[in-house]
Amino acid sequence: MSGTASDNAASGLTAEEVSQLSTEEAMIAGAEADDVFIVHRRERFPIAGTRAERRAERTVALMFLLAFLAAVAFIVVFCGAVPYQWRLPGQGNQNFRYFTPLLGALLGLSLAAIGIGTVLWAKWLLPEEEVVQDRHDRPKDPAQQMLTAATLVQGFHDTGIGRRSMLKATLGLAGGALGVVPLVALVGAMLKKPNRGQGQSLFHTLWGKGVAVVDYQGRRIGPADLLPGGLLTVFPGVPDGVAAGDSPTLLIRLRPGQTVKARKGQAGFQWEDYVAFSKICTHAGCPASLYEQQTGRLLCPCHQSQFQVLEDAKPVFGPATRSLPKLPLGVEVVDGKQYFVAKGDYPEPVGPAFWERP
Amino acid sequence: MTTVRPNSDGPTVASPRRFDKPRTPQGKAGKWIEERLGVSGAARNQLNKVFPDHWSFMMGEIALYSFIILLLTGTFLTFFFDASMAEVRYNGSYIPLDGVRMSRAYASTLHISFDVRGGLVMRQIHHWAALLFMASMTVHMFRVFFTGAFRKPRELNWLIGLGLITLGLVEGFAGYSLPDDLLSGTGLRIAEAIIQSIPVIGSWAAFLVFGGKFPGTEIIGRLYIVHVLLVPGILLALIGAHMALLIKQKHTDFPGPGRTEQTVAGERMYPTYGLKAGGFFFIVFAVCAALGGLAQINPVWLFGPYNPAQVSSGSQPDWYIGFLDGSTRLFPSWEIRLWHHTIPPLFWPTVVLPGVLFTLAGAYPFLEAKLTKDRERHNLLQRPRDVPVRTGLGAMAITFYGVLLLSGGNDLIAKAFDISLNAMTWGGRIALLVLPPLAYAAAYRVCLGLQRHDREVLEHGIETGIITLLPNGEFIEIHQPIGPVDDHGHGQLQYAGAAVPKKMNRLGNPARHNRVRGFLWPVREKAEIEAELRALQAQEAERRDRELTD
Repeated sequence: MSGTASDNAASGLTAEEVSQLSTEEAMIAGAEADDVFIVHRRERFPIAGTRAERRAERTVALMFLLAFLAAVAFIVVFCGAVPYQWRLPGQGNQNFRYFTPLLGALLGLSLAAIGIGTVLWAKWLLPEEEVVQDRHDRPKDPAQQMLTAATLVQGFHDTGIGRRSMLKATLGLAGGALGVVPLVALVGAMLKKPNRGQGQSLFHTLWGKGVAVVDYQGRRIGPADLLPGGLLTVFPGVPDGVAAGDSPTLLIRLRPGQTVKARKGQAGFQWEDYVAFSKICTHAGCPASLYEQQTGRLLCPCHQSQFQVLEDAKPVFGPATRSLPKLPLGVEVVDGKQYFVAKGDYPEPVGPAFWERP
Repeated sequence: MTTVRPNSDGPTVASPRRFDKPRTPQGKAGKWIEERLGVSGAARNQLNKVFPDHWSFMMGEIALYSFIILLLTGTFLTFFFDASMAEVRYNGSYIPLDGVRMSRAYASTLHISFDVRGGLVMRQIHHWAALLFMASMTVHMFRVFFTGAFRKPRELNWLIGLGLITLGLVEGFAGYSLPDDLLSGTGLRIAEAIIQSIPVIGSWAAFLVFGGKFPGTEIIGRLYIVHVLLVPGILLALIGAHMALLIKQKHTDFPGPGRTEQTVAGERMYPTYGLKAGGFFFIVFAVCAALGGLAQINPVWLFGPYNPAQVSSGSQPDWYIGFLDGSTRLFPSWEIRLWHHTIPPLFWPTVVLPGVLFTLAGAYPFLEAKLTKDRERHNLLQRPRDVPVRTGLGAMAITFYGVLLLSGGNDLIAKAFDISLNAMTWGGRIALLVLPPLAYAAAYRVCLGLQRHDREVLEHGIETGIITLLPNGEFIEIHQPIGPVDDHGHGQLQYAGAAVPKKMNRLGNPARHNRVRGFLWPVREKAEIEAELRALQAQEAERRDRELTD
């Protein structure tokens, strides 16, 4: 071993001696000063200017040229050679459809070429090297550790926290209280008491006695609007009724012969062959909207909970545990036409369960 | 260890510039800095830092580079995105949504996609890079796990890495929630239900995060600051710490000829490794750019604005959230009702399960050290086959995760293969319990088999595929011994934790610079291979002569 840690520490060379070395020898000496040993080093092309070397250099240069051309093409496309604004099919220039793919392809090509060129440069043209570095991973000098430990222990002793119990207690109090301040500032500012204020209750929705049943455009819905077996998403006809997260309700007109068994105390909720259930899945709150007319099953597409409408929207498969709440449905006559109204709010909370829910 | 003084006898290439006095502008700039900061010693140390070369070490690099791509493209997007839930009427150039009421967040996402020049490609590169970021971190974690790189002294970096993956999940979720389209809004609705499912504090926490009842008007603005400042800042700091520990502790290396616990072998940072790593950054960027241009991702204009009454079938989160979607689908409808209070079934698969999984992962290095009573420092990696229990546990964990991930798309699988959806759910529930132990057993057996094969090759040599007819009429396959043999022709080399050559073309001088390089194809010089072949043929002929004459 020609270079060990000891005889090479900081290279052990004077400036005069270093200046006599060739650049390569000085580089090697510098590496050895840091316990980095170049155990193998060879030019890839020891004879300069061979055909193989020129070919390698040309290939790398070709990559960089390709990167240049692709980048220029990217700029040209970006700056207007291809339109970028969306047009309806058959109306105006449709070439915008090539804009994004062209940008991605050209940028990708340019970046790939410069990346591959750089890697090939390193692999083909740089000297082949095998270098070994000392990890300095042997156990450290125990004296060093002890000196540090002594510094820490003595410093701690000097503060006297160990014996000055009054300081310790009061600092603990101050630090504890001050530490809670940021938490209080953030959480306190963001905190909102649940179930307080208009439309903020988890137990109630915007439905209520006499609230009109409307569709998403606010049009009133009546018994004449659905065919047997049909369904429609309806909302409470009040301000914010369509936007609120717990309003969506499925109005279902049963097929002839289908009956829904009502839960206790909900016998009057159905209006002739119409039933209305909350659309918000009782599992995670997605709208359960895939309705299988023939079997009366409702599927929530998020986690595949399934509800049997004919059994009062009882969950029959998947992770949901509670039936969809049922809206008490009634009819009022306006200008000689029948329209649905709610006879009250849902008798239970809508949507996913929570701790306070009985 | 002999230091090579190259080119001392052979023909030389052009010699480099002299170094003793600064002559060039760069040299003078270096002197200027040195006179003020005095960093030449430390800088030389870092320039000469040695990095080992193995394809599996590139996974972490991909993660780092995709994070840089995310910062670059994300900065572009912030110039145009408006994180507001105020309602507007869309009147941009995407005619099909003309006049539709939507949030400003969704409208500005459409603006980026259709009316900002190059906005769509940037958005898509950003999204693809995010998927790649999470994927490469996950595969990097597998590499670290299966090779035992997390062992002392690197437990801290394992924990930091786990923190990066966890924050990556949060960052990704916050990011894809921002456009406020129908898909991401559905995700937020589920997130709200998950927060609400936490016992005791659930509804308080949900009202705190959303500023009131879902959906409210706050969440997009809050997620925005989380996505562009809070989490990226922490990610950046943790990545810095991850890298600093890597530099301090130096990279692990696989065992092999000349590898020791005290040294690291490879290429120096400057110039070779730096050039390769820099080139690789551009290659990773190229892949993201090409995907961003050519492969459509998250076409929010097809989903429409969020509306609590609507959902599309096949609603899936980004892949790295998929395992939680799967666990939610598989978990049975077990609700706990106590004294007029409820613990919803949603709580277990979405809060408890990830908590348990990440705690187990974080505790693993310490559990393994405790159970194996291994308190040594380790800089050399282990081959997965040499630690069958750990490899088995890893296979078990990946199988568990894989079943959850597949179940997150069980509706799409059911549709594509015409399977009952309910059968998919039940299949997933059963597979989640049955497959991981089977995977453990299978991985354990495979490890033992591979170990035995290594020993067999060391003892009997490499199978050459050459069948010879002996004078007595018996056919035998000729084995090429790897090292010296005893009187019975049995090899005397002991297994040392390094890869054992098993193919003729993998044989060669064990010195590293002569070993076969390359991942998919051996990278060799033709003359070298021919010389080796001739030597082998000569050896083989000699051996046959000896066998026949014996």
